[in-house]
Amino acid sequence: MAKITYIEHDGKEHTLDVADGMTLMEAAVKASVPGIDGDCGGACACATCMVFVPEEWWDKIPAKEDMEETMLEFAENAEANSRLSCQIKAAPAIDGMRVSMPKSQH
Amino acid sequence: MSDEIIIIGAGQAAAQAVQSLRAEGFEGPIRLFGDEAYAPYQRPPLSKKFLAGEIGYDRVELKAEDFYASSGVATHWSTRVTEIDRRQKHILTGDGQAFPYGKLLLATGSRVREINVPGFDLEGVHYLRNIDDVTSIQAHFKPGAKMVVVGGGYIGLEVAAVAVKRGIDVTVLETADRVMARVVDPIVSHFYERVHAEEGVKIETGVTVAGFEGKDKVEAVVSGEGGRYACDVVVVGIGILPNTELAAEAGLHVENGIAVDEFCRTSDPDICAAGDCTSHPNGIYGHKLRLESVHNAIEQGKTAAATLAGHEKPYNQVPWFWSDQYDLKLQIAGLSTGYTQAVVRGDPTTGRSFAVFYLKDGVLIAVDAINRAPEFMMAKMLTAKKAVLDPARIADESIGVKELAG
Ligand SMILES: Cc1cc2nc3c(=O)[nH]c(=O)nc-3n(C[C@H](O)[C@H](O)[C@H](O)COP(=O)(O)OP(=O)(O)OC[C@H]3O[C@@H](n4cnc5c(N)ncnc54)[C@H](O)[C@@H]3O)c2cc1C
Ligand code: FES
Repeated sequence: MAKITYIEHDGKEHTLDVADGMTLMEAAVKASVPGIDGDCGGACACATCMVFVPEEWWDKIPAKEDMEETMLEFAENAEANSRLSCQIKAAPAIDGMRVSMPKSQH
Repeated sequence: MSDEIIIIGAGQAAAQAVQSLRAEGFEGPIRLFGDEAYAPYQRPPLSKKFLAGEIGYDRVELKAEDFYASSGVATHWSTRVTEIDRRQKHILTGDGQAFPYGKLLLATGSRVREINVPGFDLEGVHYLRNIDDVTSIQAHFKPGAKMVVVGGGYIGLEVAAVAVKRGIDVTVLETADRVMARVVDPIVSHFYERVHAEEGVKIETGVTVAGFEGKDKVEAVVSGEGGRYACDVVVVGIGILPNTELAAEAGLHVENGIAVDEFCRTSDPDICAAGDCTSHPNGIYGHKLRLESVHNAIEQGKTAAATLAGHEKPYNQVPWFWSDQYDLKLQIAGLSTGYTQAVVRGDPTTGRSFAVFYLKDGVLIAVDAINRAPEFMMAKMLTAKKAVLDPARIADESIGVKELAG
C-alpha cells in the first residue's frame, strides 16, 4: 500500500491509501478526486489522467513506455514532469508521494 | 414538492452525474435506479482485459463501494423503472412503488440488437453488454473450443482477439463486404482483416446468418449463402439500440435517441438525459448525433449535472473512441461520416502503425490512428478548429505531426 497525496490545481489536497497494484488513476477516480478524469479507464488512450510528479520520485516509478511518452508529448498542459497516472501502480516504494494536477485535463 | 433528483439507469453517465451534481453544489437528495445487480461499472473492459481475465470486478467498478452512500445517494440496484408520470411528477418501479421527483435524469444507455433467426434462443448463443454476459462467455474459454462471432464491429473483433489468444478457434461472420464498415474507410477495414488473419482468426465477409442449429445447445451457425460453421459458442455483436421507450411513453420527444439540447435538456425542462440514449446537437458538425462512447457518457453526465444544479455548461466536443485488439490501439477522433477524401499517413499494408485522415472538402473531420498517438492527439485539436489541411503534407511522413497544423 502507498499513501498518495493528490494536489488540485487550486492547492486542495486529497490523500488516499492506494492498494499495491492499483493505479493512481483508478484510486483517484474511485474516490472522486477532482482533477483526474481517466476517461479511458487506463487504456493509455485519453491523457485525461495527467499528474505532475516531483523529480525526487522519478527513479521510484517505472519509466514511460512509448505510448505514454507520445500521448504526453501532445497533451495540452504537459510539462517535463508529467505522467499519466493510469500507468503508475502503487507500491511501497512510492509511499508518501505527492503529485499535482493540471488546471484542466482537456 | 420534492426537491429530489432521480437518476434512471446506473451506468457510466449516471456515475459521472452523481459526482458532478455534488461538485456543482447540489445538496439535495439524489436517488439512483439501476436494473443490474451491480453499481455502475465500465463496459469497455468487458470485451478487453476483463474478458481476458486480466482484471477483476474491482477494477471495472467505477466508484468505491461507499461512494454513493457517502455522497448522500439512495441506491436501488436490480430495480427497473417502468413508468414516468410527468403530471404527478413521480416515477414507478416494477413492483408498483412511486417515487416523487423534482428533477429527473434519464441515463438509460442502450441494449444489444438481437438477432431474429431460428435457433436464436439456443444455449451457447450470447451477447455482450453486461458483466453477467462475460461470465457466460468465459465459461466456453477452453482451448480447442470453436467460437463463431456474428458481426465484425469493434465488439465482435475485440472478443475474437481475446478468444484466439486463449487458444480458441474463432471465425467472424460479417454481412457487409468488410469489417467495421459502418465507421471506417476500407483501408482500415482491410488492415484489420489482415491482422486478424495473421493472429489466426478467420473472417468471412458477405455472410448472412440464417440460423443456429443444435439439439440442447448451439452446434452450428448456418448462413443464407449455404455455409455451415460448427461451433460450441456464438457471440453476437450486431449493434445496439438506445433505451428510449420510457421517455417515449412519457411523451418526451424522441428521434434517433431521446432528443436533448446542448445542455442535455429534453422537451420537458425538468428532465435531462445523458449518454448512449440521447440524440444531441454537435456544433462542430452542425447536426444531431447519437454516440455510443464513454467520452460522450462522461461529458454529457457533467453537462446534465450542471443543468440540473442550475448552471449552464454546454456540451460541444469532438467525439472520440478507442478500441484495443492484440497490440493495436485504435484511437478515433471525430466522425468520418460524409468524408470526401481519406488520406493515409504511414503504410497500412505492412506493419501495424498508420493513420487515416478524413477530409470533407479539405476540412479535417476525423482521424483513425492505429498505434499513432501523436496523430490522434493532433487530430482532436485540429478537428475542433475545423482545420483545412493539405493532403500531400499529411501523407508526407518527413513532415512532423506538429507541423501539419501550420
Ligand atoms: C463490450 C463493450 C465494449 C465497449 N468498448 C468501448 C470502448 O472501447 N470505448 C468507448 O468509448 N466505449 C465503449 N463501449 C461503449 C460504452 O461502454 C457506452 O457508450 C457507455 O457505457 C454508455 O454509458 P451510459 O451510461 O449511457 O449507458 P450504460 O452504460 O448502458 O448504462 C445504462 C444503465 O441503465 C440501465 N437501465 C436502462 N433502462 C433502465 C430502467 N428503465 N430502469 C433501471 N435501469 C435501467 C441499463 O441496464 C444500464 O445498466 C463499449 C460497450 C460495450 C458493451
Ligand atoms: S486514463 Fe486514459 S490515459 Fe490514463
